[in-house]
Amino acid sequence: MATSHTTEAVNLPSAVQERQRRAKFRRNMFYLALLAVGLVAPFVAYPVFLMKILCFALFACAFNLLLGYAGLLSFGHAAFLATGGYVTGYLLASYPGLTPELGILAGTAMATLLGALFGVLSIRRQGIYFAMVTLALAQLMFFVFVQSSFTGGEDGLHGVPRGSLFGVIDISSNLAMYYFVFAVFVFGFAVIQRTVHSPFGQVLKAIRENEPRAISLGYNVDAYKLLAFVLSAALAGLAGSTKTVVFQLASLTDAHWHMSGEVILMTLLGGVGTLLGPLMGAGLVVSLQHLLAQSPLGNWVSVILGIIFVVCVLSFRSGIIGELSKMYRKNFK
Amino acid sequence: MTMIFGVPMAVFMGQLTLGLVNGAFYALLSLGLAVIFGLLKIVNFAHGAQYMLGAFAALLGFRYLGINYWLALILVPLVVGGFGMLMERFLLRRIAHLDHLYGLLLTFGLALIFEGTLINFFGVSGARYATPEILQGGLNLGFMFLPTYRAWVLVAALAMCLFTWFMIERTRLGAYLRAGTENSQLMQAFGVNVPLLITLTYGFGVGLAAFAGVLAAPLYPVSPTMGSSLLIVVFAVVVIGGMGSILGAILTGLGMGIIEGLTKVYYPEASNTVIFLVMILVLMLRPAGLFGKEA
Repeated sequence: MATSHTTEAVNLPSAVQERQRRAKFRRNMFYLALLAVGLVAPFVAYPVFLMKILCFALFACAFNLLLGYAGLLSFGHAAFLATGGYVTGYLLASYPGLTPELGILAGTAMATLLGALFGVLSIRRQGIYFAMVTLALAQLMFFVFVQSSFTGGEDGLHGVPRGSLFGVIDISSNLAMYYFVFAVFVFGFAVIQRTVHSPFGQVLKAIRENEPRAISLGYNVDAYKLLAFVLSAALAGLAGSTKTVVFQLASLTDAHWHMSGEVILMTLLGGVGTLLGPLMGAGLVVSLQHLLAQSPLGNWVSVILGIIFVVCVLSFRSGIIGELSKMYRKNFK
Repeated sequence: MTMIFGVPMAVFMGQLTLGLVNGAFYALLSLGLAVIFGLLKIVNFAHGAQYMLGAFAALLGFRYLGINYWLALILVPLVVGGFGMLMERFLLRRIAHLDHLYGLLLTFGLALIFEGTLINFFGVSGARYATPEILQGGLNLGFMFLPTYRAWVLVAALAMCLFTWFMIERTRLGAYLRAGTENSQLMQAFGVNVPLLITLTYGFGVGLAAFAGVLAAPLYPVSPTMGSSLLIVVFAVVVIGGMGSILGAILTGLGMGIIEGLTKVYYPEASNTVIFLVMILVLMLRPAGLFGKEA
């Protein structure tokens, strides 16, 4: 696989190579600019608000890896977000000596494990059945969280200490916390970016486009799907764990099926199958919720989200980033 | 007192009836989902919301228009079903040519809208709908006390299931529907008005959900969220049974209700989760579902 890619690249005419090189340069510059924006942002906007966006953006990016690149619609991603959050919250609250990064690692590991379990079960069915199975499994986890003692049941976990990173860097201030969350997001985003552009990512896209063909080409489709599922669950868990450290609480909201719906909306609104779409979608949805919460329309949040859902599906299915890049390609190439 | 596996007979039979009644609702709802899925190939995520709309229509119809239970049982499915037909005609049809996942997402958005709107007007705490007078009270069967209304729900739900089976398997319209499920393009080529058939089918499936909603109104608190949690369980039931056969949907629904009821007797902690656990078991042993046809 990998070798065939490189030989292909060598044989390309130099003009095409040149264009690709320039496109890559432009992309790198764009990412650098984004990075700069992210570094300056906490001085312009409220850091806690930005951290919320980043956590949900990572969650949406993880979800998008599955839907956008493997074509699998999971309706149960809230389970991984909540598992990461609860495990991290429980560990940090009950073992004061534990440093936050270890807590986050443990939470992510549990979400990964759960992802492997759910993945093995749900990839046995396809299409809409896959969606229903993941939804049902997530609901099962919801009831487990409600009834378990370590989650605090209906009350959730409160007052989770932020502690010091590696035992030395104090992250109790919001600014320090922000840079940590930003680093986590950049890490997660880089993992997804690498995955999507790797030979593995190409096979995922092939499966999304035509599964029987991928099978006939000799790919072990189930193994690819499972790996994508586990990776997505792990990153969703990472988002949940980080979110718990930021807000110092873990609650049932994260496990509810509404949350699974919200992450779908973020991805759909920003653009399914685009790298930046979920970031954009998460930013918009979180900002919208924030604005509505303070306005007289506060009670209508879920109705408005529903309307956005319907409008998205009916009229711009590629999402904002998807439509923008379509426009760009039409007019500038 | 007679004991069954260490549990008093009356308690055992009581939970068994409760389970059967729940199972009847699972059967009705999964039947509607299966009918819609057969022809439209979409999973109707708004099914729970439409069930809830049925219960609310009965409640509000009684409160403001004085429509009694029996009239509601006939009128509400027609009204809500008609509303469903409008949804199909003006929204679902526009995305019928796309990947069927979009249908799931669209109906999910609609469910959020219905639920959220009603929450704003009626809150989440449920309202009570009075049981019609003839169906109040209960029968003492000697070994147990059977509330009349629950018995009626069982009879009515099963009759409706039977009616649906008859409609689909024994009438001309049903034959069209089955043919359309197999190959709707060929049907259209033969001169059948397939778009109309699709609208009618969706309306019928929604009507079934609304009928279940009216039946449920005197039994459970009527609240905007009554449909969504039920729907997720029904999804699990559908995964267990597969959407291939009508009889399969009915049997799986009732069976899951009974299993849930018995779990309440012997291990109440798991009563919320037992159906999901059965689903996991079925996925491991028979991935296509008990009555499923797909590979």
